[in-house]
Amino acid sequence: MWRFIGFRVLQAIPVILSVITVTFFLVRAAPGGPFDTEKAVSEQVRAALEARYQLDLPLHEQYLSYLGDLFRGDMGPSFYYPGRSVNDLIFQGLPITAELGFYALLFALFIGSLAGVFAALKPNSAQDYVPMSIAMVGICMPSFLLGPLLVLVFGIWLDVMPISGWGNSPGDKVLPSITLGAMYAAYIARLSRSGMLEVMNQDYLRTARAKGLPEHVVVLKHALRGGLLPVISYLGPAFAALLSGSFVVETVFQIPGLGRFYIQAAFNRDYTMILGTTVFLSTLIVVFNLLSDIAAAWLNPRLRYQFRN
Amino acid sequence: MKTTGFLRLGLLLSLLIIACSGGDTETRVEAGNREGVLHFGNYGEPQGLDPHIVTGVPEHYILTSLFEGLVTKNPYTLDIEPGVAESWEISEDGLTYTFHFRDDAKWSNGDPVTAEDFRWSFQRATSPLLGSEYSYMYYPIVSAEAYNSGNLADFDQVGVKVLDELTLQLQLHSPTPYLLQLLDHYSLFPVHRATVEAFGDATDRLSNWAREGNIVTNGSFVLTEWQINSHIRVEKNPLYWDADKVKLNAIVFYPTENQITEERMFRDGQLHWTREIPLEKIPAYQQDQPEVTRIAPYLGSYFYMMNTTRPPLDDARIRRALAMAVDRDLIAETVTQGVYRGSTSLVPPGTKGYEPPKTFSFDPEGARQLLAEAGYPDGEGFPAFDLLYNTHEDHRKIAVAIQQMWMQNLNITVNLVNQEWKVYLDSQNNMNYQVARRGWIGDYVDPYTFLGMYITDGGNNKTGFSNARYDEIILSQAPSELDQEKRYKLYREAETILLEEMPILPIFTYQYKHLASTNLKGMPDNIMDYYNWKYAYLEPDK
Amino acid sequence: MNSTQHSELLDNIIRGTSLWEDALYRLRQNKLAMIGMVYLIFMVIICLLTPWIAPYGYEEQNLRLGAVPPNAEHWLGTDTFGRDMLTRILYGGRLSLLVGFIATAVALVIGVTYGAIAGYAGGKTDNVMMRLVDIFYALPYMIFIILLMVVFGRNLLLLFLAIGAVEWLVMARIVRGQIQSLRQQEYVEAAMSLGLSPAAIIIKHLIPNALGPVIVYTTLTIPNVMLLEAFLSFLGLGIQPPQSSWGVLISYGVETMEEYPWLLIFPGLALTLTLFALNFLGDGLRDALDPKASKD
Repeated sequence: MWRFIGFRVLQAIPVILSVITVTFFLVRAAPGGPFDTEKAVSEQVRAALEARYQLDLPLHEQYLSYLGDLFRGDMGPSFYYPGRSVNDLIFQGLPITAELGFYALLFALFIGSLAGVFAALKPNSAQDYVPMSIAMVGICMPSFLLGPLLVLVFGIWLDVMPISGWGNSPGDKVLPSITLGAMYAAYIARLSRSGMLEVMNQDYLRTARAKGLPEHVVVLKHALRGGLLPVISYLGPAFAALLSGSFVVETVFQIPGLGRFYIQAAFNRDYTMILGTTVFLSTLIVVFNLLSDIAAAWLNPRLRYQFRN
Repeated sequence: MKTTGFLRLGLLLSLLIIACSGGDTETRVEAGNREGVLHFGNYGEPQGLDPHIVTGVPEHYILTSLFEGLVTKNPYTLDIEPGVAESWEISEDGLTYTFHFRDDAKWSNGDPVTAEDFRWSFQRATSPLLGSEYSYMYYPIVSAEAYNSGNLADFDQVGVKVLDELTLQLQLHSPTPYLLQLLDHYSLFPVHRATVEAFGDATDRLSNWAREGNIVTNGSFVLTEWQINSHIRVEKNPLYWDADKVKLNAIVFYPTENQITEERMFRDGQLHWTREIPLEKIPAYQQDQPEVTRIAPYLGSYFYMMNTTRPPLDDARIRRALAMAVDRDLIAETVTQGVYRGSTSLVPPGTKGYEPPKTFSFDPEGARQLLAEAGYPDGEGFPAFDLLYNTHEDHRKIAVAIQQMWMQNLNITVNLVNQEWKVYLDSQNNMNYQVARRGWIGDYVDPYTFLGMYITDGGNNKTGFSNARYDEIILSQAPSELDQEKRYKLYREAETILLEEMPILPIFTYQYKHLASTNLKGMPDNIMDYYNWKYAYLEPDK
Repeated sequence: MNSTQHSELLDNIIRGTSLWEDALYRLRQNKLAMIGMVYLIFMVIICLLTPWIAPYGYEEQNLRLGAVPPNAEHWLGTDTFGRDMLTRILYGGRLSLLVGFIATAVALVIGVTYGAIAGYAGGKTDNVMMRLVDIFYALPYMIFIILLMVVFGRNLLLLFLAIGAVEWLVMARIVRGQIQSLRQQEYVEAAMSLGLSPAAIIIKHLIPNALGPVIVYTTLTIPNVMLLEAFLSFLGLGIQPPQSSWGVLISYGVETMEEYPWLLIFPGLALTLTLFALNFLGDGLRDALDPKASKD
């Protein structure tokens, strides 16, 4: 097991390194520097600023200097907010996005597995078609359509939910979490359904039933473990997708999380912020994928050998 | 059976969620009315709070709560009122202003506000190394421009003199009737020297001194919380010399970038005041809730600027044709729901009693004739050009309407290009555009704030327009003319030249549009959309 | 089953059926997939014919009219500029479907080529190539696409490339898997001993036999691509005005959904139904071509 973990960790390092490099050079190629302003700025000031931000050094020197700083955990000053560091900004937005993502994932796991297992218990019946069709809606309706629709129905017409804000009024975290989680709930529903179906007819379950165990024990104790395995494997990519999805949900609901910071930074040409956020999020995703693979391998020892080949 | 068990659980959960939300708890606005806390929609996250570095409008509203300049203004009449200076004299020739400071003006850490504070602050603001983008506001002062451009090393030669601890004297090189108004702009606010220097060089733009916990200010409020992208909270300053007059206990500024969300926040009882109103919602508000709808004239012009150095727009006839082919009144009425007003001049009509000249009007036939004269009969052969605007729903809508009008009336193709703010500014500064949307809000109430933009190579010109007679009027004749009647005649002559050359295509004059809770008082309509936080207060619900 | 089906079945048993015929039969049984296919064909046809059948000009404005709900003259209503929504949705469909097909085609070409080479080569080359795929797969693609669009400006070509560059990964993996297993087959060995070049073997033998899963995933990639384009347009990075895809129309509709709900409902329906159809068809194809394959 440790060999497996070690091997995977080693694989993760070049991934992170390439992300840093690609993003760094991509961002430097962008037009529109951080010092463009409505009232024109003098040459002297521009030169002084560029020196301060090390933009006057040759590109490869800037790159190496950045790597060095990164190693020490310093992501540099923000270009757009003078006097603030990228670390400051990221750690301000992170808890909010994490919370949003957590609730969304909870929703997706709970509703998704419930629906999938439910559907798998009576395949090709109404119990199967209805939840799966609803799941299809989750996949086919973009979050920036679903979110506003939920707001329209529950917030404005029915007036039972707050229509904006995060943490200002009770219950205002519900709609954004559902909007973000919907698509993944749908995927998880389909995954758990097919996983359960595969498992339900297996011999070891027939044995359990033959032993006289009641159905719900068969499902909970035996089937679920194998049936939910694909869901566990999906958690890694789901996390990555959730982070990407949060950009749009945070924009739609105006939630001050990391996703919104990132989009603003991109539009503001805040080089260091863009770089820092990309590196940070990518690292997080790589780590999460790693954890998810490890969890899956732990649950199913056969996978350890599969991964190595 | 198991499935019904699941169903029951699910139903219970959903009911629980719904019960926990909406409901009859007190809204933020209601709590604010009770506590004297104003919740203010402020459009964007400020880049910083250093008054000598920032340039935006969101910063303005926060800075006017934290700092105070030599003078301030009455929000009802826009008359000048004493600030740090309790009285002043102006010499007969209008070139010398002597300010007498009050003795109880204090910084938030207890230090007294002295004339030296202002002298040092003015020096910092005009220092070439700081690169303040508003340094041109200081140019009426003797030698300030020379100092700012690096041609003068010794600030002592600049017309800012400390006569004694509480007396400051300014020397101007020409009588500037709007000088006192200039002094209320945040670029002329004082900063606390010891604090600035404690965090680095006085001219270090990246210094931390203006952050929560570090910043020292002299205004009616002090900064207590600043969470980026969330809110900024300022609370009443007990050390402020006029603290008795300040009725609000705190103001919370929210960076409400999205108009739609902002309007929802207002409806949800989370804001007392919104920065904007989405255009489509205006008719409903005007009809059903006129008491919260604040739409009034705003000292600003909305126009398209044209790069006169690039063909085909280097031909004034074509520029005039473009202007004549736009039915601005129709767009104002329909697209902007009557909020903006069609305009055919740069200076908004009625600016301090000034009436701009009228040199053209909507005339599609005349426009077609001009276009034909310029060599493109019926738009044939006219190369397509790009219309650039900064990303914003309102600008997009107006651009789409105008693009279609040019197609219909002149048979020419125009491409719409939108860029976000920074890139858009970059394009303008580098003359990398053909036609670009521009808005200009007056910094003070005088036509000069608009006309002064278009001097040859002016920092705000960016069109390539250059006219010797225009420069002569704006730079030397008008500033020395004390008589308003005569000065306005000169202004009209200059504006006529501008409109005949047409480097800019006037479209609208602004009105601002806000939603304001009826509990909020003391923030009356005025042409500068100016608020003096001392006057604002919240009436509790009965 | 009824007598027609019975005789058909007998016919098939006697005649013997090919893989494709079997698949087609199963597909036709899947009602949802068939509905999806019919809907898609209909959509594609009317979008192709749009320049001839659209009732109004695409940019024709009627400012005085403004936004009106569906009526006799404007079946789907008008937007705030008085532009006919039916026309705009038709043109929007052209753009959305165009992006969907072309970006998918880009992904297809890159993915199939890459996967075929990796699968055929095997050994170390395969290892390295698939490692690279793993690396890219782990990255937050949204971040990179946003970065690309912001850095290099928003033009249509870049959009196709950016989206295609993200979607090819799954295709590559599938193709590689298929090629790998097919490669062991005897007829491949025969072809190799006959002296056919690797390229010829790949193109003439391997790829045609790997086509099944490729078709399925192509059909499932198109909706993902369309969603991605819609996201980007919503953020202001995809299609720029005055061009409008369904994603752009939806984002405009959201702004005024309280005042003019039809501006949101119709484009929303158009996009959602099309994605439904594509997904159902894709699922159906997958079930038809390999009923034993696990979903997702």
